[in-house]
Amino acid sequence: MITLTHYLVLSAILFSIGVVGVLIRRNAIVIFMCIELMLNAVNLSFVAFAHYLHSMEGQMFVFFSMTVAAAEATVGLAIIIAIFRNKETVNVDDMNIMKW
Amino acid sequence: MEPYLFYVMAATSVVAALYLIFEKNPVFCALYLVFSFINIAVLYVLLEAQFIAAVQVIVYTGAIMVLFLFVIMLLMVDVKKKQKDDLPFQRIPAMVMGFVLLVVMGLAIKSKLFQGREGEYTSAKVESIGHTQLIGKLLFTDYLLPFEMTSILLFVAVIGAIILAKRKV
Amino acid sequence: MLNLVALILLFPLIGSAMNGLFGRRLRKESIGYIACGAIGLSFFISVLVFIGLLLLPPEERIFEKHLFSWIQSGSFNAAVGFQVDPLSSLMILIVTGVGFLIHIYSMGYMHDDKGYHRYFSYLNLFTFSMLLLVLSNNFLLMFVGWEAVGLCSYLLIGFWFEKKSASDAAKKAFVVNRVGDFGFALGIMLIFLTFHSIDFTEVFNAASHGEFAIGNITITLITLLLFMGAAGKSAQIPLYTWLPDAMEGPTPVSALIHAATMVTAGVYMIARCNVLYMLSPFTMTVVASIGATTALFAASIGLMQNDIKRVLAYSTISQLGYMFLACGVGAFTAGIFHLMTHAFFKALLFLGSGSVIHALSGEQDMRKMGGLKNHIPITYKTFLIGTVAIAGIPPFAGFFSKDEILLEAFVRGNVIYWSIGAFAAFLTAFYMFRLLFMTFHGESRVDPHVKEHLHESPRNMTIPLIILAGLSIIGGFWGLPGASALNHFLSPVFGGHGHNEMHGVEAGAHHGIGLPSLMMVVSTLIAIGGIWLAYQMYVKKQELPKKLAERFALPYRILYNKYYVDEIYDAIFVNPVKKISVQLWKKVDAMMIDGSVNGVARFVTGTSNIFRFLQTGYVRNYAFYIVVGCIFILILTTWLNK
Repeated sequence: MITLTHYLVLSAILFSIGVVGVLIRRNAIVIFMCIELMLNAVNLSFVAFAHYLHSMEGQMFVFFSMTVAAAEATVGLAIIIAIFRNKETVNVDDMNIMKW
Repeated sequence: MEPYLFYVMAATSVVAALYLIFEKNPVFCALYLVFSFINIAVLYVLLEAQFIAAVQVIVYTGAIMVLFLFVIMLLMVDVKKKQKDDLPFQRIPAMVMGFVLLVVMGLAIKSKLFQGREGEYTSAKVESIGHTQLIGKLLFTDYLLPFEMTSILLFVAVIGAIILAKRKV
Repeated sequence: MLNLVALILLFPLIGSAMNGLFGRRLRKESIGYIACGAIGLSFFISVLVFIGLLLLPPEERIFEKHLFSWIQSGSFNAAVGFQVDPLSSLMILIVTGVGFLIHIYSMGYMHDDKGYHRYFSYLNLFTFSMLLLVLSNNFLLMFVGWEAVGLCSYLLIGFWFEKKSASDAAKKAFVVNRVGDFGFALGIMLIFLTFHSIDFTEVFNAASHGEFAIGNITITLITLLLFMGAAGKSAQIPLYTWLPDAMEGPTPVSALIHAATMVTAGVYMIARCNVLYMLSPFTMTVVASIGATTALFAASIGLMQNDIKRVLAYSTISQLGYMFLACGVGAFTAGIFHLMTHAFFKALLFLGSGSVIHALSGEQDMRKMGGLKNHIPITYKTFLIGTVAIAGIPPFAGFFSKDEILLEAFVRGNVIYWSIGAFAAFLTAFYMFRLLFMTFHGESRVDPHVKEHLHESPRNMTIPLIILAGLSIIGGFWGLPGASALNHFLSPVFGGHGHNEMHGVEAGAHHGIGLPSLMMVVSTLIAIGGIWLAYQMYVKKQELPKKLAERFALPYRILYNKYYVDEIYDAIFVNPVKKISVQLWKKVDAMMIDGSVNGVARFVTGTSNIFRFLQTGYVRNYAFYIVVGCIFILILTTWLNK
């Protein structure tokens, strides 16, 4: 029998992988993908909660978080394009002028 | 059959995610992510959230990931070129921290913090109304205000994207 | 009509604001009309209020107008409210009336000054502050007025601030007054601690209902502290040194602030607090002796001064001494009476001297005057009236008030007070006539250059002189001994002591053969004696003063140098304080305070220099910190929710 805990653990694993990806990758687009992965991990836990607690709120949340993710992807990718146009790179380590 | 399906889907999505973070070529990264998302969509079906599963496939794998691929193509990043890495020393600590985060989250899950009141929408009830009808009804009654606000959010995002991506910023 | 009282204050304030804000753009005539109009309206309403008060039966002649609550904190409650009673109504009449005349006079006197609008703005502001002082119904609001008149005095003494002596004098006046105000403020605090109120009515009711025994230590302390403030403002020993220097200001200012109104604030305050003072015989003794000493001391300095305004300044101090002597022996009515007559004749004398100075194009040294009586006849005649009035020749105003003070000092005090007062009166008559003779009589010692421009002052200066001269003649009849209307009028304020006063005079009558009449004759003789001596020395035998100065070289030098009081104060107070201040500045301020402030800044800079390297500029770096923080928070929440 698959319980809520199974889903939560899976969600946690995917989330952690996303975190590690954000921390170790340098390509801004890939970092973005990792963030999407983290969002999806959370969505999964929402749906799992909704199912096991017999409630629709979780699914409504997922609906809204997907909207936010779509908006975020749009703006984020536009920012990446703008940066690329100025600096000819999408490597985040090249964008380090805001410092001491 | 259900448990096996869960384990298979879980394993493949985790493996795809791992490939995602270790793959050099961003195009492949995007494909792994798509794969992972489709697995998650299957899990949504297992959780009796068919509508969400469909949206997952359409919005994420359909729209968002195509957008990603499109951007990758547009920028044509040279994969062969050695990318500058100013923080090589952060690799190991980052993985350790990821693991620690996983452990802590596991402990949190184990501590039974996540228990809530059970709602009224049992599987049978959802079945009787129809899943998509139920979501539609909720969206246009109880969640009308957030729903309208997301429309504004998307609208703003579109305008923002256009302005940011314009030639002359 | 009494409800109009707030308007009395409003007009000068508006006038001051208008001239202060827009005066630069207004024409001179408009500035003058605004200022004079404001005071004129204020005077008109004061008269209405006074009449309104007279229409009431004597025992109901106290009216309080509560405007709004100002400070409310715990049991402390300070209101902005006005109290109209015989004493304050008399004061507002003096302030606005004399003030109005001086405003008109100033239009002529200050006509060519480039700070014309500034001058009238200050003058109006002063009138407002003084009215606030006399009309307030509690100690704190009175203190506000008290400080505000001090500020205006500072501004007006230093009106010609380009002159170093003027700005120095202004600072001196301010600092010396600060000493007194310090005492006054402490006194108010002590009053609040003792009575739990600062409202005049409540405090005086509590004090007069016998809760405090006569000679109560707290009351004595309160009254002494209040007297400290009064001594500062009213230029009594030991805080009188600022007043002579204050003559650096324009002459009408000297007339209004440093003779007629502001300096009498101390007397007014003591009269207002008569209930408290009557409870403390010790303070009364202090007040009386300081008053008597000051009267004599200042008069003796006045003998040898050559600056026409300084003589008048010392004379003012001396006359203020008389008022304090009167208050000190419990004869508050006599003190207020003298305050009133003094306001008339001293304002007249100052304005007259201003007219002289005006005629001589700014000359103030009496040794360069003389023989002016034919050149400026109106000034001479009015000045003569003022001089006679202050010297105490019947039936001029000064005679009655001074005579009453001397009488009261004799009856209620003792022979010492009387003899000091009488001797000071003799000196007063002498130095005032010396001034008159040196200025208007004898050979002309005027610089020929100046003499060509010698002219009588314009009409707007002479008319106030004539009016004040008239008041100096008739002002005394209001307080005729025996049938004193003033005494009756003021008795609601001075309560039981008013009757005591009557007793005093009656007791004097019982003393033998009509003591009051005897005293009148004696004081008249004293005054005539002083005049005769001045006439001998400065008109008939003009070589006599020089001979005397040579014969008595040492006393002459001491008097000429004003007993070296300024030098002594410099040596005892000013210089040590300066030295300590320099040390404090160099050691405490520059080294410790600045050092610690700079040290904090340096410490922050230093540590920031190390920690700023956390700001690497790498997004992934920051994300890493975020993750670490998240883990920490997660651990905390999990652990706390166990």
